Amino acid sequence: MNKILVADKVTKSFGNHTALQDISLEIPNNCIYGLLGPNGAGKTTFIRIINQITYPDSGAVYFDGKPLEPQHISLIGYLPEERGLYKSMKVGEQALYLAQLKGLSKQEAKKRLKYWFDKFEIGDWWGKKIQELSKGMAQKIQFIVTILHQPKLLIFDEPFSGFDPINANIIKEEILELKKNGTSIIFSTHRMESVEELCEHIALIHKSKLILDGKLSEIKKTYKNNIFEIGLQTANQSEFLEHFKQHFTVKTSAYDALEEQLNFTVQLPSGNTQELLNYLATKGNISQFVETIPSASDIFIQTIQSKA
Amino acid sequence: MNKLPLIIKREYLAKVRNRSFVIMTFLSPILMVGLVVLIAYLTQINDSEKRILAVLNESDYFENDFNPTENVSYIQLKNLSLQQAKDSVLTMGFYGLLFIPDKADVVSVAADSYLYTKDAPNSGILERLERIFEERLRQQKLIDLKLSAADFAEMDQDFEIHAETFEGEQNIKGIDLVKAGIGGSFGYLIMMFIVIYGGFVMRSVIEEKTSRIIEVIISSVKPFQLMLGKIIGTALAGLTQFGIWIFSATLLLSLVWLFFDIDVSGIQTMPDLPGGTVNNLGPSTSIASGIQAGFDMINEIPFGLLIISFTIYFLLGYLIYSSIYAAIGAAVDNETDTQQFIFPIILPLILAIYVGFFSVFNNPHGPIAVGFSLFPLTSPIVMLMRLPGGIGEGGVPIWQFVASILILIGTFITIVWLAAKIYRVGILMYGKKPSYRELFKWLRY
Repeated sequence: MNKILVADKVTKSFGNHTALQDISLEIPNNCIYGLLGPNGAGKTTFIRIINQITYPDSGAVYFDGKPLEPQHISLIGYLPEERGLYKSMKVGEQALYLAQLKGLSKQEAKKRLKYWFDKFEIGDWWGKKIQELSKGMAQKIQFIVTILHQPKLLIFDEPFSGFDPINANIIKEEILELKKNGTSIIFSTHRMESVEELCEHIALIHKSKLILDGKLSEIKKTYKNNIFEIGLQTANQSEFLEHFKQHFTVKTSAYDALEEQLNFTVQLPSGNTQELLNYLATKGNISQFVETIPSASDIFIQTIQSKA
Repeated sequence: MNKLPLIIKREYLAKVRNRSFVIMTFLSPILMVGLVVLIAYLTQINDSEKRILAVLNESDYFENDFNPTENVSYIQLKNLSLQQAKDSVLTMGFYGLLFIPDKADVVSVAADSYLYTKDAPNSGILERLERIFEERLRQQKLIDLKLSAADFAEMDQDFEIHAETFEGEQNIKGIDLVKAGIGGSFGYLIMMFIVIYGGFVMRSVIEEKTSRIIEVIISSVKPFQLMLGKIIGTALAGLTQFGIWIFSATLLLSLVWLFFDIDVSGIQTMPDLPGGTVNNLGPSTSIASGIQAGFDMINEIPFGLLIISFTIYFLLGYLIYSSIYAAIGAAVDNETDTQQFIFPIILPLILAIYVGFFSVFNNPHGPIAVGFSLFPLTSPIVMLMRLPGGIGEGGVPIWQFVASILILIGTFITIVWLAAKIYRVGILMYGKKPSYRELFKWLRY
C-alpha cells in the first residue's frame, strides 16, 4: 500500500451549502501533494475532515490503507491557516502541552524540543510568553510544534505566511528535509511559485468539486498545446513570414531589424517538430527553439476559467 | 490517549496564574474583613456617643423613670422656667431638653410634654422616651382598673405555644429562619459561582478563538474534551479561590477579633429595655431561650443531606450553565457580542433567587416552590432553599427530591450535548455574529 491517504467520494455540506462533493483522490506516500483551489473551494473543509475535526456526510477516508480513526490523530501533523498560540502562556510550556496532546511523553517532548530549539537557535525563547514574540517568531514555534511528534502525514496550510524570505527559505528546506526522511506532505497554498518548487502531485478543487489531479509534470504535458517559441536570424523577415504562414499557424511575431532577429511563436497541430525544424534550417540560423510549458499558475487560472 | 487531565491541568494553571485572579484571590478576604471591621467599628462609634438629655420635670410623675443607659444620661433640672432651662441646655451643649409640665393627672402631663432638640431628634432616643411614657400611661390605666402591680406583672407574661410534629419531634419552631439562612446562602453561593466562573469559561473560549489556537488544539483532541477540560479546570480554580477565601477570611476575622477586641455581638443585640418595674419582665429572657432553642434547632438541620445535595446540585447546575456559557463563547468573536445571549441565562438564576427569598421561605412546599425546585434551570438554587427542612415527612417529599435530581441529570446530558454541538461548529466560525436562528442551524451540522 503506497498511498498514505485515499479519499473515496467524500461529500460534506453545511445546511444548504455544499462544501465538498464526491471528492475522490489518492495521495501517494512520501510525496509533496499540492492541494489547490480558489478561496472557498472547500480545501479547508477537506483538510479538517482528514484531521477529524469534521466528518464527511458520505464517503470514506483511508489513512495508510485503513479507515480513518481517532488514533490516527497522532500520526498526522496539521499547521492550519488560521493558527495561533496561547498569548499569555510561556513558549516552552506551551510547546510541551501541545506535544503531549499529540501523545508524546513529557520527557520525549522535552528532548525533541531541545533539538529543534537548538537547530533554530531559539533556545532563549523558552521562558518567554508568546505575546513577547514577533509574529514570525511565533510561526517558527508553531512549525516546530506541528512536526515535533514526527507524523507520517503533515498538512501545511499556507505555511509561509508570516515569514520573511529568509525564514520562509529555512522552513522550505525543513519541509524538503522532512520529505526526504519519508514524510508525506499535503501542501495547500495560493502561492503558485512554491507549488512549482515543491509539489510533485497536485489536486485542484473548485466550487466543492475536484476538477484536476495528478502528477504535476503529467498535468503540464496535457496542458501544453504544442506552442513553440522560435528565434530566427534572417534578413528579410516579411518574405519569410508570408511564406511560413502558408504552412504553419503563427501566433505572435516581432522583428528586431538591427539584429536581424525574428522572434515568433507558432502552434503546431501535433508535437512533431521534425518538419518545422527541417524547414527552418533552410531559412537561416535558429537562435532559439523552445516549447512553452504552462506554469502551475497558468494551469490554475486556465482550468478555473474554463469551468466558470 | 486520555488527554482530559492534560487539558484540565492547563486550564487550571492558566486561570490560577492569571494576575488578576491572584490579586482577586488574596485581596478579597482582606477587603471583606476590612469591611466587616469597618462596619463593626462604625457601629461602636455610633453607639458609644453618649448623649445628655436635660429633663425639666415640673410634674409629680416620672420621678424615677429616667435612668441612665449606655447611650443616654439624664440631668434633672430644678426650679427653672422653661425659657431658662432652654437657654442653659443650649449653653451647656446638652443634646436636648425634655419638658414635663405640672398637670392634674399623668395623661394630661404626658399630652403636654415636649422634647426640644437642636436638630431633628435621634430616633433611638425618641423611641426610648416614648416607651417610658407609654409604660407609665399603661401602668396608670391598669391602676385605674384596680390591678395590682403583681397582677400586672403576671399579665405581661410571655406565652409560648408548645409545638411538635406528629412523630413527637420537638423544637421545630423558629427553625425556619435558620433554615432560610442556610438554604439561602447555599443558593446564593451557587448562583454567584455560576455567574463568575461560567463567565470565566466563556472568556477562555473566546480567547482561544481570537488567538486562533483553537484549530491547532482540536486537531489533537475532540472539541468536547476541550470544552469539558475547560469547564472542569475553571471549576477547580474557582474551588481553590473559594477555599482560600474561606480559610483566610476566617483566619483574618479571628485575628482581628483577637487584637482589636471588637464585639461583633454588639451589632446584633437588642437595645436595652427601659428601666422601671417591667424591666425584669421584658422579653430578654425569651430572647435568650430563643437563641438556645436556635442552637438546638441547628442540630435538627440535616447537614449530611444538605452537604451531599449541595454537592450534587452545585455540580450539575454549574455543569449545565457553564456548558451554555462555553457554547456562547464559541458562537461569538468577542465579548461585546455576548450580551444578547447572556441575559436569557442569567434570567432563570435571578428568578430562582427571588422566588427563593420571597416565596419559598414563606411556603417551602407551595406550588411555586415545588415548580421551581423541579424546573432544571432553577432547581439547584430553589431546592437547596427547601432542603434544610429535611426530606420526607415535614420536609421535601422524596419523590420531588428524586424527580428534581433526575430532571436535572436529564437536562444536564441534553444541554451539554447541544452546547457541545454549538461549540464544535462555533469555534471554527469567524467574523460573523450569529443569530439564534443560526445557532439552531448549527445543531444539525
